[in-house]
Amino acid sequence: MRTGAVFGRPVLRREDSRFLKGEGVYVPDVRLPDAAEAVVKRSPHAHALIRHIDISEAAAAPGVVAVITADDLTDTGVYRPYHKSPPAFANLLQPLEKGHDVPLLAAGRVRRVGEPVALVVAEDRYLAEDAARLIRVDYEPLEPVLDPEAGLRPEAPVIHDELGDNVQSRVGVVVGDPDGAMAAADHTARFGFTIRRQIGSPLGPRAVLARFDPVEGLTVWSATQMQHLARKVIGGILGVAEDRIRVICPDMGGSFGGGVYYEDILIPYLARRVGRPVRWVEDRTENLVNARHARDQVHDVEVGFDSRGRLLALRDRILVDMGIANFYGLVVPYNTISHLKSQYRIDNYEAAATCVITNKTPNAPARGAGRVTAAFVIERVLERVARRLDLDPADVRRVNLIPADAMPFDTGVPYRDGKPSVYDSGDFPAQLEMALEAIDYQEFRARQARLRAEGRHVGIGISAHMEGTGFGPPESAIVRVDGSGAVTILSGSNNHGQSHETTLAQVCADALGVDIETISLRDGDTALIRQGGGTFASRTAVTGSMAVAGAARKLRKKAIKMAAHLHGVEVDGLTVFGGVIRDGAGARITTLAELARTTGDGECTGGRAGLEAMDSFASPTVTWASGTHVVTLEVDRDTGQVELERYVIAHDAGNIINPAVVEGQIVGGVVHGIGNALSEEAVYDEAGNLLSGSFVDYRLPRAIDVPPIEVHHQEFPSGLNDLGIKGCGEGGTVGAPAAIANAVEDALHPLDLRITEMPLQPEKILRYIREAEAASRGQAAGMERW
Amino acid sequence: MTETVQVTLLVNGVEHALAVEPRLILADVLRERMELHSIHLGCEEGICGACTVLLDGEPSTSCLILAVQAEGRSITTLEGLDGDPTMTGLQAAFHENFALQCGFCTPGVLVNLFSLLEDRDPSAPPSEVEVRTRLNGNLCRCTGYQSMVAAAMQAARSGSGHEDP
Ligand code: FES
Ligand code: FES
Repeated sequence: MRTGAVFGRPVLRREDSRFLKGEGVYVPDVRLPDAAEAVVKRSPHAHALIRHIDISEAAAAPGVVAVITADDLTDTGVYRPYHKSPPAFANLLQPLEKGHDVPLLAAGRVRRVGEPVALVVAEDRYLAEDAARLIRVDYEPLEPVLDPEAGLRPEAPVIHDELGDNVQSRVGVVVGDPDGAMAAADHTARFGFTIRRQIGSPLGPRAVLARFDPVEGLTVWSATQMQHLARKVIGGILGVAEDRIRVICPDMGGSFGGGVYYEDILIPYLARRVGRPVRWVEDRTENLVNARHARDQVHDVEVGFDSRGRLLALRDRILVDMGIANFYGLVVPYNTISHLKSQYRIDNYEAAATCVITNKTPNAPARGAGRVTAAFVIERVLERVARRLDLDPADVRRVNLIPADAMPFDTGVPYRDGKPSVYDSGDFPAQLEMALEAIDYQEFRARQARLRAEGRHVGIGISAHMEGTGFGPPESAIVRVDGSGAVTILSGSNNHGQSHETTLAQVCADALGVDIETISLRDGDTALIRQGGGTFASRTAVTGSMAVAGAARKLRKKAIKMAAHLHGVEVDGLTVFGGVIRDGAGARITTLAELARTTGDGECTGGRAGLEAMDSFASPTVTWASGTHVVTLEVDRDTGQVELERYVIAHDAGNIINPAVVEGQIVGGVVHGIGNALSEEAVYDEAGNLLSGSFVDYRLPRAIDVPPIEVHHQEFPSGLNDLGIKGCGEGGTVGAPAAIANAVEDALHPLDLRITEMPLQPEKILRYIREAEAASRGQAAGMERW
Repeated sequence: MTETVQVTLLVNGVEHALAVEPRLILADVLRERMELHSIHLGCEEGICGACTVLLDGEPSTSCLILAVQAEGRSITTLEGLDGDPTMTGLQAAFHENFALQCGFCTPGVLVNLFSLLEDRDPSAPPSEVEVRTRLNGNLCRCTGYQSMVAAAMQAARSGSGHEDP
């Protein structure tokens, strides 16, 4: 464990005061004089030809500034989702990766419900919505493809002619000798799992405001996680130099996945076209229909194991329902493949994923991208193996866990950057015992036996998660001191609830030698810094912190040199603490503020002017965070209702900058996972309409759904950065659905439930109960199951 | 343009006479005309509670109320509770308990909890179940609620919200 003056301590959040007074500034709060409001007219069909669009009535409606359809977009480039894996990865695994254009506004054909068909700009949103209703679109419905298996059939309509068929990508990996090991195993089993579509659902809506000024260029305020990427995409499609675009991401009401959306491009386009600032704020149905859809995988798993429950071979064939486009290449399918072995030693492994285009919303990374499904599959497999062998599920995990002395451990599966996946540090067996002890596993089993005798159905479920964190492009930071002693961090990251104003300041305070009170952070703005990766993939604690630490250390060195030069003392022995520079004997030489005042031109060091420094950091590869989840719950056998009782998670995020912040990320993540486990499902009807298009039907967990959640920390520093940090933003979500499904099965034991699906709403639990009852009657009649 | 009607709203203690379209929702009046940006719109369908205000003292979702329905009624937003001892205590407890992350749900949560704690005897604080039940009026995607519950209970116990030293 590492602590500095403030690193490692539960420093109170420095961003709170504005939020507590309702003074946060989210995109819908940014006011520009003369801004007009845009509304998107969207497709009501999953698949249809557009015969004709009549905008005449809409264009003449009160307050309308402009109505735009695909025919008007003659002056934009094409939006082509970025598909390709890095060469190091592509050369190793030779994935199939096909690309196609994505129209910004549907041209001639719509391919999903919600696809933008036209834009209306009006004086206010009410008027824009009125006018949008007056746009007449004549559609000729086509047969939609609504599940990936159907999309693969030869007779299926091809959704993007460019692709030739509906397969967008395919990737696979083989480790060891899965065929041989499977054939030699004492036992084998085969399972099908279906993980339904879920939606990231941040509470704050997506929103974009744009202004085009002939002198300043384009300024875009967007609720995006990646302002620099947004700038690049906008510039590329609208043909504007990146340096003429500023993307600002002010406060943001969460995100949980995402990237650059159509509207991030269309609204700036409109602002330029109509010569006025244009604002667009989505409503909740628009969000649920269009943004951050995730999961939606079908798994066909075979497993070979011995009589102690050791997994000898595992094979998984995965189908991903990609929706109409894949904006993120192999991120989701390959995250599933590379996380499926989890904390377990499985020497013989084969997995392949096929991403199939369907007439639905694009499938994208959302909190726990690809990993939620991986954890669900592997943990369900272990649970079933334990049941089959009549072993304690905890024991089956014990025999499969990678032992601590095997660390660092190479899983044999390359990561998405083409590097080996090497678990850099950790002690999984100790983590399991930590979680079991915290929940008092033995005591629970005794209580369970007593309650069972009374006819109550309480269960316990275990799951583990691994999380490759810190992925992606470099992150950059500038640290600057002004003449008043105020320290400013400019970061390329993007804070949307992760407490960066606190944690990055903690890192900076120790690295520079100043009081945290003197530091403020600015991020989420391309004007601040040349490069920024943004915040996703649990990366900012790793990459953002290291960039800040690097810049602060450089600045400290520079300040010491300046002080030595100006005051005629030796560099050796000079220290910076509390912003004061002292010599080895503790005598005050100068302060950072004084230096900033006197050395503005920088000539004394021959270096850059002013008291500032910059650094960038990219993690050599991902750092591996881990966790073990244990949940207890009770199932009402008559209604299928699940009542969660207690939730314990033991986890390792390496050195922790701020334990309270980490706990907040984990508890919040677990609750996100509880929703994924029990209630959140994007349901489409047979015509391809999203039925769960409101928070009434897409049900997020509420305060009474949530049990007490206990977080226990292990701290195994990462060896990949000198702060020893691993990320922690998604792990809570990753392990929760698996643990809960396992606990539901356990609760109903000895009734032999076979849960193959998530989420588990009460009606599904009742269905499993009925199936298990029917099977047990069948077995009594001598029929074999499994 | 559509016809307007004249309404008088008492917002944070100040009377406002406005001409509004009958279809205008209260939340839009508060946000767009009065720039009360603590009103957040997370769903516009009465589910998330981010737009919660006190309507004649009762927590209400301002996205489901038409401005004309609020004629002559008193509306209190988070801005209007600034400096109130109960609210100050609640805000301090939220800060001390890390009970917010992105902050989007926070104003609605605070207003809702304020109405639970206002005029309440600190020696009879609400139970955890009572707090959680009250919080059912608010969705939060970030915190998992636990820290908010702890903050509310702390604020309730100490009356003004600050734990006694
Ligand atoms: S915006 Fe009013 S309840 Fe969600
Ligand atoms: S803090 Fe983000 S929704 Fe509650």
